[in-house]
Amino acid sequence: MSETLRIGGHAGGFAATARTDRWWVGPLLTFAGLGAFVVYSTWAAFQGAYYYAAPYLSPFYSPLLFIDPSAPGAAPLEHAWIGAWPSWWPALLPASPAFLILIFPGAFRATCYYYRKAYYRSFFATPPGCAVGPIPQGRYKGETSLLIFQNLHRYALYFAILFIFILYLDAFKAFFKDGRLGVGVGTLVLLINPTLLGLYTFGCHSFRHLVGGGLDCFSCDRASAARHGLWKKVTALNERHMLWAWTSLFWVGFTDVYVRLVAMGVIRDLNTWG
Amino acid sequence: MPERTFRIWRGDAQGGRLVDYQVEVDPGMVVLDVIHRIQAHQATDLAVRWNCKAGKCGSCSTEINGHPRLACMTRMNLFGSDEVVTVQPLKAFPVIKDLVTDVSWNFEQNRRIPPFKPKPRDADGRYRMKQQDVDRVQEFRKCIECFLCQDVCHVLRDHGRKDAFVGPRFMIRLASLEMHPLDVADRIPAIRKDFGSGLCNITRCCTEVCPEHIGITDNGIIPLKERVVDRFYDPIAWLARKIFGTGKRA
Repeated sequence: MSETLRIGGHAGGFAATARTDRWWVGPLLTFAGLGAFVVYSTWAAFQGAYYYAAPYLSPFYSPLLFIDPSAPGAAPLEHAWIGAWPSWWPALLPASPAFLILIFPGAFRATCYYYRKAYYRSFFATPPGCAVGPIPQGRYKGETSLLIFQNLHRYALYFAILFIFILYLDAFKAFFKDGRLGVGVGTLVLLINPTLLGLYTFGCHSFRHLVGGGLDCFSCDRASAARHGLWKKVTALNERHMLWAWTSLFWVGFTDVYVRLVAMGVIRDLNTWG
Repeated sequence: MPERTFRIWRGDAQGGRLVDYQVEVDPGMVVLDVIHRIQAHQATDLAVRWNCKAGKCGSCSTEINGHPRLACMTRMNLFGSDEVVTVQPLKAFPVIKDLVTDVSWNFEQNRRIPPFKPKPRDADGRYRMKQQDVDRVQEFRKCIECFLCQDVCHVLRDHGRKDAFVGPRFMIRLASLEMHPLDVADRIPAIRKDFGSGLCNITRCCTEVCPEHIGITDNGIIPLKERVVDRFYDPIAWLARKIFGTGKRA
């Protein structure tokens, strides 16, 4: 940290500040939390195994487009949306169904207006905290140049909404094992997952704009009045967007851990099937 | 009465230094009271801008222990009993003297914004709008122009991009006009190009320092960025405009 005093007595340089509080705690916790999730989810995606413990499917692997049923802890082939693992898949990469789908929820979180704040502060230090010196840049361009893709957040949203339905379908299937209706701890874990994801996704700033925020007049006709009602509901979720972002992130990771441990035989799922 | 140490920037655009003052502090005092006591008894030439002492005029914006704050709304019991209180002028604007900065750049930005342009009156010669249509705009009208948001914005404060970004306060003013149910001016191209919405990277410091608790980022800047996306970056929205027309504005 280099500090030079300027007119006004302000310190200059990276992380320079006159703040006396522990401003670095927030960015540090964010760095640790997001970093841990990225490391774990990447590791889990590379495994290509132990993602299915009937009737539970890890959300990191859903939907199952292709399946390599020979992998340990893999889903049976009839669960594949398309079929057996393709022969054209590069041998360098493990045959993991997660590789085919994680880009979509990943893109949604990466371009999310909340996470942008989180990682711009904690990973890229632009700035690391309010009134704290950022990493110096030659000519700051914000989201107008390299980061202009952030403007496509709404397209990631469309896929994220699709995934909520898919994950609810997985949760529904988790009530049936060998054709018998029942419930297990895993069923509840899988049911909570899309619920939290829904609270996060349907509180999205882009969604808020699309349902009604783009209107200037909420009372001009029936359609705009209906959209205003929807906008208010989305706004209520949006006010807790950070909360839902973190709880849903934690839970989707926990769901994978739970299914993985059951599939590996490390823990036993308590359920009504016996 | 306990004695406290205040460290205040004394100087002008040519230079200066942080000067320590030992001052007695009474219960219930705010930082501006203490500055006035120093001004009255120890440094009669100390320059500080203030007016209402009620958090409504936005004059006494300073940086207190590194936080952009209103001096009149910062109570002394916020600090530890032996904590040195450092008071500095706003970093984002040129110092005139001591704690007073030249914020005229902000007024120049305000003049650049296309003014309110109302749609034609109703047949009976009146304008009509309903409460739900102006709720959003009324939040933005709470702004007291203290410019704390401008000061904390790293685009202006640290990267010096006053040439490209108008700052949070004027993004809010733009939002208040753009979302107004009676306004028909189209500012979206200017919001992107001239006022620099893309420079904001949503780190929300402006919202954190706002003494009026305006949702600057969530309710003002992000909705404007989304309107810019509608116009310039969303191919489906572009196609819809081509097929169904341009919507409200020409």
